[in-house]
Amino acid sequence: MATPQWSKFFPDFYIERLWDKCIKCRRCVSECSYEAHIWDSKKKTLLEDHSKCVGCHRCEAFCPTKALIIKRHPSDFREHALWTPWFIKNIYKQADQGGVLLTSTGCALPYKNYFDHLVLDACQVTNPPIDPLREPMELRTYIGPKPESLEIEEVNGKFRLKKKLPPLIRVEAPILFAAMSYGAISLHVHQGLARAARDLGILYNTGEGGLHASLYEYGPNTIVQCASGRFGLHVDYLNAGVAIEIKIGQGAKPGIGGHLPGEKVTEEISKTRMIPVGSDALSPAPHHDIYSIEDLRGLIFALKEATEYKKLVFVKIAAVHNVAAIASGIVRAGADAVVIDGLKGGTGAAPTMFRDNIGIPIELAISAVDKRLRAEGIRHRTSIIASGGIRCSADVVKAIALGADAVYIGTAALIAVGCTMCQRCFTGKCPWGIATNNPELMKRLPPEVAYEKIYNLVKGWTHEIKEMLGAMGINSIESLKGNRDKLRAVGLTKEEMEILEVKHAGE
Amino acid sequence: MPLELEVFPFHYSQVNKIIRENLKKGEREFILRGVNGHRYLLAGVSADIKVTIYGTPGLDLGAFMRGPVIRVFGNVQDGAGNTMDEGKIVIHGMAGDVVGYAMRGGKIHIYGDVGYRVGIHMKAYMEKIPVLIIGGKAGDFLGEYMAGGVIILLGMHTLYPERPIAGLFLGTGMHGGVIYIRGKIKESQLGLGLKPYPLDGSDEKLLEGYLKEYCEDFGLELSEVLKEDFIKIIPYTHRPYGKLYAY
Repeated sequence: MATPQWSKFFPDFYIERLWDKCIKCRRCVSECSYEAHIWDSKKKTLLEDHSKCVGCHRCEAFCPTKALIIKRHPSDFREHALWTPWFIKNIYKQADQGGVLLTSTGCALPYKNYFDHLVLDACQVTNPPIDPLREPMELRTYIGPKPESLEIEEVNGKFRLKKKLPPLIRVEAPILFAAMSYGAISLHVHQGLARAARDLGILYNTGEGGLHASLYEYGPNTIVQCASGRFGLHVDYLNAGVAIEIKIGQGAKPGIGGHLPGEKVTEEISKTRMIPVGSDALSPAPHHDIYSIEDLRGLIFALKEATEYKKLVFVKIAAVHNVAAIASGIVRAGADAVVIDGLKGGTGAAPTMFRDNIGIPIELAISAVDKRLRAEGIRHRTSIIASGGIRCSADVVKAIALGADAVYIGTAALIAVGCTMCQRCFTGKCPWGIATNNPELMKRLPPEVAYEKIYNLVKGWTHEIKEMLGAMGINSIESLKGNRDKLRAVGLTKEEMEILEVKHAGE
Repeated sequence: MPLELEVFPFHYSQVNKIIRENLKKGEREFILRGVNGHRYLLAGVSADIKVTIYGTPGLDLGAFMRGPVIRVFGNVQDGAGNTMDEGKIVIHGMAGDVVGYAMRGGKIHIYGDVGYRVGIHMKAYMEKIPVLIIGGKAGDFLGEYMAGGVIILLGMHTLYPERPIAGLFLGTGMHGGVIYIRGKIKESQLGLGLKPYPLDGSDEKLLEGYLKEYCEDFGLELSEVLKEDFIKIIPYTHRPYGKLYAY
């Protein structure tokens, strides 16, 4: 007798087929890449395997007669505050297969979300708000180290800077697209991100999977990543963008490396990553040439030297306990921007325990890092780019008021192109054509559609940010940076407020 | 006429700048004298040139480079050939830690010993097969996470006759490529799951080809190098993470 598989007995989702509406067109069968819909050719009818449904809602969205409803499986366990179905089912899975629980996206546990405990200020009576439709409102941001002081000289009655400024990257909004590798997401999404970044005057990030040949033309809007696996990393790649990001850590899985499973290493991926088809692409946890701040400085300057000091070098870390001290070391190592990815940061694949339990919330990390760098007098030497759980433009405003220069958005951009957060990116079977490079599934999301949706999202957010700034009586995002006076806490402890450097509402 | 440069008074950045400027003018051969800890020499240089170095280059010699053939008369510090793409580095001496990290093409020939974490995460793709030959002994973690390419460890020209030919954790996490070792190695020195294998005919032919070039670089007798038997270490799986997860 075969060993029973407990995890198959209790599906997460229930596929409800409304037979009075179903016309047996079998669209659901072709849409579902997980094979939850089955056509019984003998009985000429449709069947469901609820245990295979991941809750992506693809079939429901594309059913021409709207005959499908995907809901949580109504079959319940007896209530227990501690042993919720989440824990029970995870234990079943591991008892069945004996492996590490794998998942996708960012932290799913309901830790306190500090953005939701911060409110913004607005002008009333004594200081007039500014209407962005009527007056210029600047979201332009410069990423990179700023000089300690400016020396100005007069030449023939004209004033000019005595020394040339170090290279800075100009972006038209403080919103950048987070590192998501080609491999983790489809080429079409990469193409959409790249084009949207160009048209919005912002940047997208290649992630660590190399740069597809078709994307080199977006160089001025590209950040290339250098992770421990060094996939597809060569001189042309390093010179392709405006910045190189050394990836040390990631908020979704601090302390471990990444790996693209062999199943996802297709012909095209293999070309870009420069590894054989079907082989696991491992990025070990540490860069094996970096064991200290001095070693990090070694790599930062190797990259700068190799690109003749034309590119900025960012260093990305996960927000962990001692994030402020680590960030200080990174700045002293010569990083032009510190990227901090918080507890809520997303991923295409991470062990569930890591995603949900390791790292600290980004809000606290931003404030702690900003405070530490200011105290040490080195805040101007770097930009802080924050990421991990930025869901709306108000989160962007709050992150900047806490001390960030700009934010990265990853999950939000993917939701913009149709992601329903089913959290199964690691399977490579994304029915929405996002986190897949299966040629058939990819076609479901053409690059033009990806471009349009991503462009629209950021356009909407930038307008909202302008409105919020105007309401505060500020006409430039620069004036918001680290401006905690524009924030008030609602329901936070004294200690939390101290870390965030904010007053309580009413104060 | 090669461009001869006494680099002692210059910062590494200036040295690289001079090389790049002369490269643009068409210079194809460089001789650097007085090298003393200069970091990143030839880093990111993409050109078929010949460079002879006298002295001790610092960190990351030839990092990310594509094409240059560098010959060093002296020892080199850590990180030589870091993520190197194409070209060759010949070292008439010893090399430090993390030589050839994530190297994906070209060759590194070292006459003497190397430090720790050498040849980590080397990878091969299509016709690009990186080759790293060490004439002396190696420290711990040789070929860790190796994904492709060839490492040959001879253990012949060493300052440490009392030490074993390699340290511990050799080939840990290896999932591609091959490591050849002249002589024997204890299984306890190998990474988890790895075993030494005897060579077959195709190995011998390959090895002889690589070693012939190595011997020519240092004026050695191939027959002397081949006097002892070699063993090889290959990965026990190409999918080390294939069965790790529960879904």
